[in-house]
Amino acid sequence: MTTVFFLIFALTAIGAAVAMIFQRNPVYSCLCLVLAFFALAGLYVLLGAPFIAAIQIIVYAGAIMVLFLFVIMLLNLSAEERERPKRPRFLPFAVAVGGLLLLELALVFRRAPLLGMPAGQSETSVEEIGLKLFTDYIYPFELSSVLILAAIIGAVMLAKRKI
Amino acid sequence: MIPLSWYLVVSAVLFTIGVVGIFFRRDLITLFMCIELQLNGVNLALIAFSRYLPDISGQIIVFFVITVAAAEAAVGLAIMIALFHHKEHLDSERVNLMQG
Repeated sequence: MTTVFFLIFALTAIGAAVAMIFQRNPVYSCLCLVLAFFALAGLYVLLGAPFIAAIQIIVYAGAIMVLFLFVIMLLNLSAEERERPKRPRFLPFAVAVGGLLLLELALVFRRAPLLGMPAGQSETSVEEIGLKLFTDYIYPFELSSVLILAAIIGAVMLAKRKI
Repeated sequence: MIPLSWYLVVSAVLFTIGVVGIFFRRDLITLFMCIELQLNGVNLALIAFSRYLPDISGQIIVFFVITVAAAEAAVGLAIMIALFHHKEHLDSERVNLMQG
């Protein structure tokens, strides 16, 4: 049963990612990416990480991709995209780099020392994540809040035409 | 139970699709989405390793990756809005000021 779910989610994620690349209209590629993110959230649930799956849907699919869609529609990019004919650029180069990278990743992952190992604990609770985050990882956590503050100020400064 | 290698294969394929997409597309906003796809491929590998090690730290790192991705998306999209106001298009082949 788990295998069936894994295959559904994995094939949906890969198919949506491929569709994202070949889609001409940026709105459609954005929606394909949202579908891929939902499938990845399903994979995270299968891996026993329901909290990360929830974060994936709320923050990635819900906030970041809606921001993308908002900008695409604000700048009216889809109309511009449809007008001019488009050829894929660097096609042989893309195929060569993609093939080489995939080969390289396969070679690296084959060396992973725990390929045959059974899975560890069944599911991580939010409590465990919170404990780890606020004890061992408290400094990165605080630093990330500073990073987000800097990003907010930077985004406002950049998007404003006249300060 | 699904072996770890299956998750790693999916992760590697997603990352490669992101890289190929960067060479394949021209509009900056889709290039940006390809970067998000690469980040998600890495996240999948991190969570898979965190499950099989087992060590919860992988999930914490994914949490930070998502945080940084949110900040990156906010700043990157603001840059794109500024660029669009300046040039009236987002074609990466026609944004070539740095080539001299």
